[in-house]
Amino acid sequence: MNNPKSKLLKRDSLTGFLFSLPSIAGMLVFFLIPFVICIILSLTDSISSMNFVGIDNYLDIISSRTFRLAVWNTFKFILVAVPLIMIFSLIIALFLYQKLAGFEFFRSIFVFPLVLPVSSVILFFQLVFAENGFANDFLTLLGLPVKNWLDSSSSFTVLVILYIWKNCGYNIILFLAALNSIPKVHYEAVEMDTDSKIKKLIYITLPMIRPYVFFILVISVINTFKSFKEAYILCGNYPNENIYMIQHFMNNNFQNLNYTRLSVGAILIFAIIFVLIFILLKFRKNGDAEYD
Amino acid sequence: MIKKLKQSYFKIIIYIVLIALAFVVLLPVIFMICGSFMGKSEILNSYGNTISSISSDNYFHIIPEQATLKGYSEVFLLDPSYLMKFWVSIMISVAIVIGQVIISCLSGYGLAKFNFRFKKAVFYLVIILMMLPVQVTLVPNYLLFNKLGLIDSYLSVILPGIFGTFGVFLITQVFSSIPNDLIEAAKIDGANHFQILMKIIIPCSKTGIASLVILSFIDSWNMIEQPLAFIKDYLKYPMSIFLSRINDSRLDIAFVCGVLAIIPVFILFLFLKDAMIKGVEYSNMK
Repeated sequence: MNNPKSKLLKRDSLTGFLFSLPSIAGMLVFFLIPFVICIILSLTDSISSMNFVGIDNYLDIISSRTFRLAVWNTFKFILVAVPLIMIFSLIIALFLYQKLAGFEFFRSIFVFPLVLPVSSVILFFQLVFAENGFANDFLTLLGLPVKNWLDSSSSFTVLVILYIWKNCGYNIILFLAALNSIPKVHYEAVEMDTDSKIKKLIYITLPMIRPYVFFILVISVINTFKSFKEAYILCGNYPNENIYMIQHFMNNNFQNLNYTRLSVGAILIFAIIFVLIFILLKFRKNGDAEYD
Repeated sequence: MIKKLKQSYFKIIIYIVLIALAFVVLLPVIFMICGSFMGKSEILNSYGNTISSISSDNYFHIIPEQATLKGYSEVFLLDPSYLMKFWVSIMISVAIVIGQVIISCLSGYGLAKFNFRFKKAVFYLVIILMMLPVQVTLVPNYLLFNKLGLIDSYLSVILPGIFGTFGVFLITQVFSSIPNDLIEAAKIDGANHFQILMKIIIPCSKTGIASLVILSFIDSWNMIEQPLAFIKDYLKYPMSIFLSRINDSRLDIAFVCGVLAIIPVFILFLFLKDAMIKGVEYSNMK
C-alpha cells in the first residue's frame, strides 16, 4: 500500500528537481562556485602567488581610511534616507487610500520614476544642482547663500532626494497593499464611537499594517544599496567625500583589478546583507506563528 | 452638513498636495522632453554655461522658444552611432528578458509544485541572491568571465542577467497560488508535466509573467554597474552608460538621447503598469 505511493513521490521529486535545475545550475556557476573562489582569494596575498595570509586582508581593509569612510557614509545614508522614505511614502499611500477619483492616475505617476532610467533624466538634476543652476538661483531669490550642491556636504542631500524620488513608488505600492488588507469591519466598529481620522489612524491603521512595515523597511534598506547608480551617474567614480559609498570603494578597486581587496569587500557586504535577510526571514516566521 | 463641508475641504487639500507632488515627480521627464525640441543654440545659450560652471546667467525654462526637430533628425538620420547604442541596449535587455522568463517558469514550476530534497535551501538561496547588491556578485562573475575570455563580450552582461534570481522568486510565488486540483485534473486526463506547465500553469499566470517582463526589462535597460565592469571598450557601452557620459558641448543631443531612452520603458509601462504593480505586491513576502 505504502510502496507504490512513495515510488511515485520519488519520481515526482526528481521531476521537480529537474525543472529547477536550470536555475540551480545558474546559481552554482554564476554565484556559489565563484564566491567560494572569492573567499579563498580573500585569504591569500595576491592572485598570482596565492600565498595564504589568513585574515590579514580583512584587517587591512577594515583599518583603511577609504573603507571606513565608505561604510560610515553608507550607514549614514541608510539612517537618514530610510526613515524619510518610510514616512513620506506612508503619507502618500494614506492620501491615495482615501478612494479619491483619479486614484489610479496618481498611483501610476508616483510609480513612474521606478521604471525611468536615471541616466535619461540626469541632465535635469545636473542642471538644477549645478553651481549656477536653478537651485542656487532659487536660494539667491530668497536671499540665502548659494551652495556647491554636488561637491560639498549638500551632495548627500541631493542623493537622498534622488533616492526618495526614485523609490517612493515602490513603497507606496507596498503600503497600499498593506492598507487594503485591513478588513473594513474594523473601521465600521470604530465609526460608532468616533469620527476622527487621526484616531482611526492610530488605533486601527498603524497597528494593522505593522506586520508589513518591517518588510517594507528591509526592502527600503536594500534599495539604498542601489543608490550607487545615482551617485555614479551624477558624480562619477570619485564623488565628494560625503557620498563616497561602499559601492564606490568596490568600483574603484575594480578599476585597479585589485582582486583580494574586491573579494574582501564583496564578502563583507554579503555578510551585512545576509544578517539583514536572516532577521527578515526569522521575523517572517515569528509573524506567521502569531497568526496561526 | 458641516461634517460634509469639512470632508470636502479635506479632499481638496489632498488633491492640491497630490497634484503638486505629481508635478514635481514628473518635472525631470517634462524638462527632458521639452528640451529635446529646443535647438542646439537655444540649449547652449540657456544651459551651456551651467554645467561648465562659467559664472554667467543661465536661463531655466521649460517651453522651447523655437521648437525644432533638428536634434531628432541628427540622432535618427545623420549620425548612426546613437541608434547603435539604442540597439545594443534593446538587444541586451530583450535577451535577458526572454532568458529569464524561460528559466523562471521552469524553475518556478519545480519549486512551487514539487517537493525535493534541499528545496528549502534552494529557495532561501534564491531570496538571498535576489537581495544582494549587484557589487557583490560582480566580483565572482568577473573572475569567471575572465577565465572564460568573455570580458568585453555582451554575453558577460547577458548571462548573469538571465540567471538573476528575482524572476524565479516572483514566478514561484505566482505559481504557488494556482490550485493543485487543476494539476491533478490534468494528470488524470493524461497530460505530462511539460503539457501541464505550458497549457495550464502559464496561461493562468499571464499577469505574473507580464510583471516579470516589465520589471526585468527595466532592470536590464537601466543597468550601469555590469557593463561598466565587464565591458572595457567604451564604444560598446549601452545607452545607459553612454547617457551619463555625453559631452557637455553636445547638450542638445543629450536631451534627445535621454528621451530616446525613456520611450521603450514608457511604452512598456503604459501597457503593463497594472501587471507591474501586481508584481511588486507579489514580491511582498508577508
